[in-house]
Amino acid sequence: MKPGYTIERATHASRIAGALSLVAIVALIAAPWWAGRANMRLLGEVYAFLALASLWNLLAGFTGLVSVGQQAFVGLGGYALFAAAIFYGVPPLLAVVLSGFVGALIALPLAPILFRLQGAYFAIGTWVAAEVFRLTFAQVSALGGGSGTSLPARIVTDIASTRDAREMIVYWSALALGLGTIAAIYAILRSRAGLALTAIRDSEIASESLGVNIARSKLVLYVVTAALTTMTGALIFLQKLRISPDAAFSVNDWTAYVIFMVVIGGIGTIEGPIVGTLIFFLLRETLSDLGTIYLMLLGAVAILVMLKAPKGLWGLFSSATGITLFPLRRRVVQFDAK
Amino acid sequence: MDWLNAIVQGVLLGGLYALFAAGLSLIFGVMRLVNIAHGDFIVLGSYLTLVVVQTLGLNPFVAALIVVPLMALFSYVLQRFLLNPTLGKDLLAPLLVTFGLSIIIQNGLLTLFTADSRRVMAGGIETASVSIGGGLNLGVLPLAMFATAIAVILGLEFIFTRTSLGRAFRATSDDAEIAKLMALDNRHIYAMAMALSAGIVALAGIFLAVRTNFDPSTGPMRLIFGFEAVIIGGLGSLWGTLAGGIVLGVAQTLGALIDPGYQVLAGHLVFFLILILRPRGLFPRMDG
Repeated sequence: MKPGYTIERATHASRIAGALSLVAIVALIAAPWWAGRANMRLLGEVYAFLALASLWNLLAGFTGLVSVGQQAFVGLGGYALFAAAIFYGVPPLLAVVLSGFVGALIALPLAPILFRLQGAYFAIGTWVAAEVFRLTFAQVSALGGGSGTSLPARIVTDIASTRDAREMIVYWSALALGLGTIAAIYAILRSRAGLALTAIRDSEIASESLGVNIARSKLVLYVVTAALTTMTGALIFLQKLRISPDAAFSVNDWTAYVIFMVVIGGIGTIEGPIVGTLIFFLLRETLSDLGTIYLMLLGAVAILVMLKAPKGLWGLFSSATGITLFPLRRRVVQFDAK
Repeated sequence: MDWLNAIVQGVLLGGLYALFAAGLSLIFGVMRLVNIAHGDFIVLGSYLTLVVVQTLGLNPFVAALIVVPLMALFSYVLQRFLLNPTLGKDLLAPLLVTFGLSIIIQNGLLTLFTADSRRVMAGGIETASVSIGGGLNLGVLPLAMFATAIAVILGLEFIFTRTSLGRAFRATSDDAEIAKLMALDNRHIYAMAMALSAGIVALAGIFLAVRTNFDPSTGPMRLIFGFEAVIIGGLGSLWGTLAGGIVLGVAQTLGALIDPGYQVLAGHLVFFLILILRPRGLFPRMDG
């Protein structure tokens, strides 16, 4: 018997987690039969934030592009959905998919301009871009101007004729988008491009010297993130059925909360945003009576985590136990060859 | 005539934006820190002015004698204990910590003062104006804002070039490690830079409080205006921030002349235009 070696990525924990998450996913798909209307709405919201947090983390955690302007794409998605459905009669679910292309088309010329700004100035630049979108849509009187508009009833009934069926379809779409986003991010990070991204995360200089095209990687990632964020935005406003510039391009709702989720959960990992989103909603459902105090608390917790445990709660757990659920790293494993 | 008037008012408004920008530019120059809560600091200064004016019955400009040192002290402590530990590692930590601060300040003000918009009266100066002929009137308050901006920039230049504190600022900015070897205490130098920045922020907050209505959510927009002035003017140039402020101010007043809804939008668009045409700003002095 001589020992042989093989390269593996899956870990014991990741196999167990994979099996358990399959059970969980089946349960979540069946939610319309066991969860009430309010809980289904809450779950739908959780899925949307799961997508937003994972996307923001992909951008900030892997390429250092810290954006505080992702609300630009959330709002754009909402408005793209409303415009497509109201002006062109596009079926809402198709409009959600199409909005992804709109997001990519807008992000492609915007990115090179914003990339002229470095670091924190890039962050504020993305915010200005979102403000431009907000002020522009406030001028579009056909979509209600500054006070916004509702999705007309005939378009809403287009999805399905009964309210129950409609809510089921929207719920499943949100679930598909949330899970799909995480799956897409996992697939991207495990691919060749993902290897480049993790290399950029660890050291820009070292990865560039090994032939990683940093500028192109960042551009592609920014555009992909924008497209998926826009789709998420479209779905969020399909759940809300009402849109206004202030709600659509809200920095607090679509970026501040998302940043807190990622920071508290753990930046730069796939698990972090998931953990962060669950903690955020757990806190919100129990503490939201506190109102503004709750938000101050959230800000303080995020600062504390950033100072004392920059890898977040998942990072603490992972380094203490060695468990990773979405393994990206390849390991050399020894086995006994016959 | 309307156009000329709008341009003149825009130039004077630029003074206020230069005050927003100078503090931002100062701390970036010394320690490469971008304070996302900068705008909320300005609004905090406005509320502090409100409290001082209401409790002591002072004129807001006399209240500066209390507000400016208080803000400076607050920021010194903040930098020393909260922000210094975030410096030097990566860009994420200072960015997210100041972002968290921004949310805390906004919601703290909301808890204490509600969302109602406030204003501080200054005994008639806010409506007084002088005629300069040709049908043009200049407000006394905008003139005072502009003069203050110039005085602040001259003062900063004096500090940077003529004082030992300024020498320490430049030394840590050039090379923080070597400055430490020369027995400079970086933690103190950074805190002093933040305190100085907060002093300017307090002045901006007082002018903001007298000039217009403010509420707890108005901070981020002040950050954005200050940031736009910095980028338009060119990173690292103090007079550039004044030029940037003026360009932004004129763009906004001209935009408002076309349609009140275009005021802020016009400023943003000019900012993006400059970013496309002259990415390093009008008077660049350093690299980001």
